Amino acid sequence: MGTWYFAGNVRQSRRVSLPQPPAPRPERHDTRLDRYVEQYADRTHTMQASAVRALFAVANRPEVVSLAGGMPNITDLPLNVVADSLQNLIMTEGTKAMQYGSGQGEPMIREQICEVMGLEGIVAHPDDVVVTCGSQQALDLVTRIFCNPGDVVIAEAPSYVGALTTFRSYQVEVVHVTMDDDGIRTDALAQAVTACRAAGKNPKFLYTIPNFSNPSGISQTADRRREVLQTCLDLDLLVVEDNPYGLLSLDAEPLPALRSMEDEQVLYLGSFSKTFAPGFRIGWALAPHAVREKLTLAQEAATLCPPVFSQYAVSSYLRDHDWQNQIVSFKDMYRARRDAMLEALEEYMPEGTTWTNPAGGFFVWVTMPEGLDSQSMLPRAVTDRVAYTPGTAFYADGLGSRNLRLSFCYPPPDRIREGVRRLAEVMRRELDLHHTFGLGTSPRHDGLTSGPGPEVS
Amino acid sequence: MSSSASLPKVIVLAGGLSHERDVSLRSGRRVAQALRVVGHEVIESDVSADVVELLRSHPDAVVFPLLHGEVGEDGALREVFELLEVTFVGSSAAASRVTFDKSICTKVVAHAGVKTPRQVALPHEIFRELGAKALVEGMGARLGFPMMVKPARSGSALGCTKVDDLAGLPAAMVAAYAYGSVAVVEEFIEGTEVAVAVLDVDGERQVLPAVEIRPESGVYDYAARYTAGATRFVTPAELDDEVTAAAESLAVQAVEALGLCGLSRVDMIITAEGEPVFLEANVAPGMTETSLVPLAMDAAGLDLGEVCSRLVLEAAAR
Repeated sequence: MGTWYFAGNVRQSRRVSLPQPPAPRPERHDTRLDRYVEQYADRTHTMQASAVRALFAVANRPEVVSLAGGMPNITDLPLNVVADSLQNLIMTEGTKAMQYGSGQGEPMIREQICEVMGLEGIVAHPDDVVVTCGSQQALDLVTRIFCNPGDVVIAEAPSYVGALTTFRSYQVEVVHVTMDDDGIRTDALAQAVTACRAAGKNPKFLYTIPNFSNPSGISQTADRRREVLQTCLDLDLLVVEDNPYGLLSLDAEPLPALRSMEDEQVLYLGSFSKTFAPGFRIGWALAPHAVREKLTLAQEAATLCPPVFSQYAVSSYLRDHDWQNQIVSFKDMYRARRDAMLEALEEYMPEGTTWTNPAGGFFVWVTMPEGLDSQSMLPRAVTDRVAYTPGTAFYADGLGSRNLRLSFCYPPPDRIREGVRRLAEVMRRELDLHHTFGLGTSPRHDGLTSGPGPEVS
Repeated sequence: MSSSASLPKVIVLAGGLSHERDVSLRSGRRVAQALRVVGHEVIESDVSADVVELLRSHPDAVVFPLLHGEVGEDGALREVFELLEVTFVGSSAAASRVTFDKSICTKVVAHAGVKTPRQVALPHEIFRELGAKALVEGMGARLGFPMMVKPARSGSALGCTKVDDLAGLPAAMVAAYAYGSVAVVEEFIEGTEVAVAVLDVDGERQVLPAVEIRPESGVYDYAARYTAGATRFVTPAELDDEVTAAAESLAVQAVEALGLCGLSRVDMIITAEGEPVFLEANVAPGMTETSLVPLAMDAAGLDLGEVCSRLVLEAAAR
């Protein structure tokens, strides 16, 4: 059936020849373009294409200043050192590094991980470390071993979009708890847990980023950390401490990790993605003995073993290079970028806008004047060649439309200034429209908004 | 099919800086692959400052633009092709410009006698100058609810909102203006959503079977368009013969009124009374894995690569 039907009354058509028998009807195609559409698990149904996510496709173009992603800037890494180290690794230990390894992770890197955690006051044994494919996988495995569908995870509001996505993929309900300038509020935490239990729900753990939280940039003070721990001990609630940015403290020495204050009630997640490089995908979980055993079995079920070559590569880097000094140089670089962003915000932002003042990490959290909607404003920003992540991505309950997350990690200071200038212009025009149309409060959006993918700068 | 030695080289342009970059890249990859399968040498390129140099360094190549959204679909880039005397597939710059802007396209098609929704097109400045309240109320009174608010120049349903009452109209207007300075407000046409592709190549016109769109969620929005499984497509559409003929006739009338050539797609609603109503036309219809035109080709027994190759050969012979 090479051709199907030619419109009979069209001037250009050369094939009009009357009379002719009625054209044979082609067989009707009825498709949803996915023959397995009825077969997916319930948890798969929320995995959908998203217009917001599609808008991030322009973010990596050079014309656009992207303040949207969370890519560390690794251009300052000494590539010659890494190259020599890898060459040496392959020549001396190549057959081990390219072989299967332990589901828990290789012993030498688990020892080095304990040294790294020592910088934040954690005393740990390598036996209690499970190496994972980035700390994202640690989060996935922790959720897998703890959470049934319908269970509750308590999280700060706002919280890391990648964690919310993981929780959702296990059909976990996220209950948010408000923060103040010192971190998560313990009275609200206690209330939320009590209310969940009274409603017959089972809160499995508190998920918290105590240092330079993604997205808010807020850190828990030392006092607040003690209060959070005490509250969780009183409530008998496990704490999952996610700490990718702890060593990127820009203004002071790192604060002690929650895990340094409490062994049994805290499950700690760490990562080399920000202190070395994310492409190796090496992170870890430090867990009490029984939990660690479950995590290891879950890891074997998921991947057999975390990437062995990457573990050897990171281990060699830590052994052959002054990595702590490298972090000092990273911090100097990020400090200049953060300062550029804060100065530009001060200079350009329209009246009625507020923002956090992060002492480390990658992100500033902006609260726009009432009425603005960061999600519906994003296309305007893309037209003006600046990208950010709408605040709605960081809430499981539809809030955050008045907020946006700006990252200062990837673009250099002059680009950050230019990006903030463009954003301010976008906000002014949006405010103008809102004023014209007399719009009231910022709207609430249904469902979880996507954040940018990991490849977005 | 000719031997590959005699087939022209093709430059597939996709990406760009529009809001539909992601969709365009998917369309570009699919068409490039289909053209390779039938034997063309294909260069895939984004649209950036290097593109003029690329076109100049391949003077014999035929450009296949798969850019969606502004610049790609609004005629600007085709104007450049015409200026540089680059051979390209599809409609002219002028026809693209008219077709892409819903505020102009709808009027041109209506003028040709095609049924279109009642529509108001307004730039955002007018609301500031004349006061939004009266204008918004006026639109509500003239068009009635529900109504559709759309950016005048955009695709993939981006920035489009169905508005059920007056209270929802201002936010929908603001959402549309985020995509551009002009918005169109139309009466909402209840009915079956159908797309009809028209293929003009080698002096022949072929109207492909109408594709009926049945989104599971009830709304053919971005997620319903680009999530496989989220929408059911029935091709040919389940319509009576007379209605099918009317839908095809509408598509042809629109294509002629707009002066389109090559491959175009006309989107419409079939009302409960069986009357097709024009919604929009596309000079660079989506070619992604979930797009409508490839489904129509499939139902017509046409191969995507062969159709694209015919379009390339025709452009090269022009």
